[in-house]
Amino acid sequence: MTEIIAEITPDIVAEHGLSAEEYQKVLEIMGRVPNLVELGIFSVMWSEHCSYKSSKRWLKTLPTDGAQVIQGPGENAGVVDLGDGLAAIFKIESHNHPSFIEPYQGAATGVGGILRDVFTMGARPVMNLNALRFGAPDHPKTRHLLAGVVAGIGGYGNCVGVPTVAGEVNFHPAYNGNILVNAMTVGLAPTDRIFYAKAVGAGNPVVYVGSKTGRDGIHGATMASAEFGADSEEKRPTVQVGDPFTEKLLIEACLELMATDAIVGIQDMGAAGLTSSSFEMASKGGMGVELELDRVPLREVGMTPYEIMLSESQERMLMVLKPGREAEARAIFEKWDLDFAVIGSLTETGRMVLRWHGGVVADLPIDPLAEAAPEYDRPWEPVEPPAALDEANFPEEGDPLDSLERLLATPDLASRRWIWEQYDHLVMGDTVERPGGDAGVIRIGDGPKGLAATTDCTPRYCLADPKTGGAQAVAEAWRNLNAVGALPLAVTNNLNFGNPEKPQIMGQIVGCVEGMAEACRALGTPVVSGNVSLYNETDGQAILPTPVIGGVGLLPDVAQVPGIGFRGEGEEILVIGWTTGHLGQSLYLRELFGREEGAPPPVDLETEKRNGDFLRGLIQAGRLSACHDVSDGGLLVALAEMALAGRGPQGPVGCSLTVPAGVASLAGWLFGEDQARYIVTAEAAMPVLEAAEMAGVPAQTIGRTGGSELTVEGFGHISLARLQAAHEDWLPGLMSGERAEAAQ
Amino acid sequence: MKSAVVVFPGTNRDRDMVRALEGASGQSPALVWHKHSEIPKVDLIVLPGGFAHGDYLRAGAMAARSPVMREVVARAESGVPVLGVCNGFQALTEAGLLPGALLRNADLRFVCRTVTLRVENTQTLFTGRFAAGETFDTPVAHMDGNYFIDDEGHRRIAGNDQIAFRYADGAAAGPANPNGALDDIAGVFNETKTVLGLMPHPEDATDPLHGGTDGRKLFDGIVEALS
Amino acid sequence: MKARVHVTLKPGVLDPQGKAIEHALDTLGFSGVEEARQGKLIELDLAESDPERARAQVEEMCRKLLANTVIENYAIELEA
Repeated sequence: MTEIIAEITPDIVAEHGLSAEEYQKVLEIMGRVPNLVELGIFSVMWSEHCSYKSSKRWLKTLPTDGAQVIQGPGENAGVVDLGDGLAAIFKIESHNHPSFIEPYQGAATGVGGILRDVFTMGARPVMNLNALRFGAPDHPKTRHLLAGVVAGIGGYGNCVGVPTVAGEVNFHPAYNGNILVNAMTVGLAPTDRIFYAKAVGAGNPVVYVGSKTGRDGIHGATMASAEFGADSEEKRPTVQVGDPFTEKLLIEACLELMATDAIVGIQDMGAAGLTSSSFEMASKGGMGVELELDRVPLREVGMTPYEIMLSESQERMLMVLKPGREAEARAIFEKWDLDFAVIGSLTETGRMVLRWHGGVVADLPIDPLAEAAPEYDRPWEPVEPPAALDEANFPEEGDPLDSLERLLATPDLASRRWIWEQYDHLVMGDTVERPGGDAGVIRIGDGPKGLAATTDCTPRYCLADPKTGGAQAVAEAWRNLNAVGALPLAVTNNLNFGNPEKPQIMGQIVGCVEGMAEACRALGTPVVSGNVSLYNETDGQAILPTPVIGGVGLLPDVAQVPGIGFRGEGEEILVIGWTTGHLGQSLYLRELFGREEGAPPPVDLETEKRNGDFLRGLIQAGRLSACHDVSDGGLLVALAEMALAGRGPQGPVGCSLTVPAGVASLAGWLFGEDQARYIVTAEAAMPVLEAAEMAGVPAQTIGRTGGSELTVEGFGHISLARLQAAHEDWLPGLMSGERAEAAQ
Repeated sequence: MKSAVVVFPGTNRDRDMVRALEGASGQSPALVWHKHSEIPKVDLIVLPGGFAHGDYLRAGAMAARSPVMREVVARAESGVPVLGVCNGFQALTEAGLLPGALLRNADLRFVCRTVTLRVENTQTLFTGRFAAGETFDTPVAHMDGNYFIDDEGHRRIAGNDQIAFRYADGAAAGPANPNGALDDIAGVFNETKTVLGLMPHPEDATDPLHGGTDGRKLFDGIVEALS
Repeated sequence: MKARVHVTLKPGVLDPQGKAIEHALDTLGFSGVEEARQGKLIELDLAESDPERARAQVEEMCRKLLANTVIENYAIELEA
């Protein structure tokens, strides 16, 4: 055994993020003191990022099965059957910590990583989405981080040529020290050509393809599992740099090789690079693996085995090929000017053996390491749900149109155009619903079927009541998919929380997962893939609990997408679903009165399902001319968004709204955030009302489209031009003067 | 009309272009890989959009030095029509087939949105279907679309009717000129009007479900002129 | 022999990146920066050891690829 380092000290163990107990387990498994390479491998494989040690117990409670599910969690991404021999392959993943340290590269490599998770399985990526959270708009770092993250997402996705079709962005001071960058990719693959990470067949060659290995991101996986301290600025060198051009070549080369039957198993080198990819492939197949580290293509001189195994250089893949197919595979990768190296082979020993300069530099057992991965039942405290708002204590009702104008210019409701115009949302030529609607929609092949996708979470609801918040994230994704006429099929989730070693934070995780599980069961959308990001805390300040849901749905005919914009004058406006006027945790309260109070709106899953199924039926029967779900900001905000997105000859189309007689609170009715609601338009209201009555779904006519103003009968009117200015100017105003960021 | 679409490593709007050409001509274009030095005998050569060679060094710079470009230049010089869109336009300027250069967008941000174009010269094989001064809507999607040419060159191309399209006011949100291009120039011809380059993507405006159908006039006009 | 090629925008060509740098420096409190222009530095390791031939080689590289002479100037530094 080549000596790597003389002694493993407690300091070195601690630097690798292993507790004393965990190190004791290492000693038991090894039967001796590990060397530094081996310790590094344990460290990354047992990190929170790779082992899900704090969350695994709760993740197991999520529903993952369904007739449509081809592959649930545990592979690179989830796989769902679309019929016609096609499958959707998708996953969401966080790149939070790297993006805080270096926003452009952190976000860019986040996109690169999730793309690889999807094309590794044989899918051509067809849609990118994201879910972003930033600190207070006036925090000194916010603009810099926002500009860098958006430029990074665009810089990578645009170059690779995958449209970024949807996303969400929130601002809150709780994210000042920990932004969230969650990226999602959806791909399409033939159901008979799906590739898995499982490696079998002793003697089969292990092949490295893609970029060369450098010292990028060494210990990124453990960095992503440690709470930030004041010294995080010094961790900058570990951030990886992305090369979207090489990724594009890697996609084309992999898909070309995948059209043959040469591949046994394939895995991208993501967090923890060569270590986790080789380890997981061997582990899934119950095999051993031997690697010759001298054969790994290197970018820098003098790299050690430790660095080679832990490097997080991007745009690399590991494959196991059928014997004798190396030349064929090599020809494809060389055509695309990518590195190709046979670096080892599978064995029957059940051990990972690494050789370098003629000696063995690591020799450890695979199954015991994987099986002994720590799993914690961390103590947790249930979050006491807040009392409902005291109705007597409702804020005074001002002019509703003035409130609307102010709300449209608040951070969470202002137009995101400044962001999504930096994303190529049209490349590939199949985008049917662009960003700014309820869900992104692309056509599948030459149509008529389509695929819809959305990302959703309302963190303020999750903080107030984790269980309701977890359910609401699923329900909102369900609504956004229904609102474009898609049948929701399944979801992926990205659980972003603070430090799980704190019982209150663990209580948020438990509550959110419980609500999520209930909603996924009730709505028939199992969780097929996901990612967990914990320790999002700085100096004791945790982020808001942010369990993001990425939902995917299938449309029978993309020509049926109604779109959110009013289509013309003189159409009837209806609201589907019941409005009680729930103001607890609403943006109206928070933004106009500074009150983050009350219980979030209750989520009644039976009602969600009934209303959603009914709405989708209307769309698929071609009976609606526009549709928008009601969420943040409530009914009047949703109406304004539909008016501003209008598709009249001059764009925006106005409307007039009649408040029904006898509403308990005007503000509640206009700005409350009751769930399970959609606003729709139709040429005639009666057929919709009749159908709703038959289905047992509440529906009422609330107004009519037309003109160039938004009118609330009895309360005055406001010009769309004014609303548009409020809505469109906020974000560009915030970002003016932040041009240097884009210079990257 | 027979056409060929040149594919560089990093080209990503080849699929969009192939569809638009198929829709207009009823014939599938030949795809030509950048390492090839021969192009089949065709009526039109197209350089589509993307990030050839990652746009490293300068947008279109490496693509312009690919083996296939020697043949593109030779064909263009012999009068075969060449169309370059976005990255293809950048490559044609880098290759010296079109005047000027494309700089980074003035606001330093990638821009993807609908813009309105005014047709400035309708007496060419590319633009014969448009009426004089006609405007149409089409998407842009680029980081380096800020057209630049020195004063003398500007006078020359203006005087010789080589300005093909200018950004103009229209229904689309945002300023008419999305990238700071000199004189609002969105596309230019070579001296003989047989080579056209433009930043916007008319191929993404040939489908009512995707980006509208305004771009069809360009492709239909080309097919009409070359069939 | 090592060559360093400096590629800069010609005077008169708008340099939005330089402008952004100027603006950012000003925001950071560095007053008195009258202009910033951004360029590129390309380092080459050459097999050629004769300075004259090396310079001629690199000149040709600049004209053919490294600089776009429509908008850019270049300067070459050689180092043994």
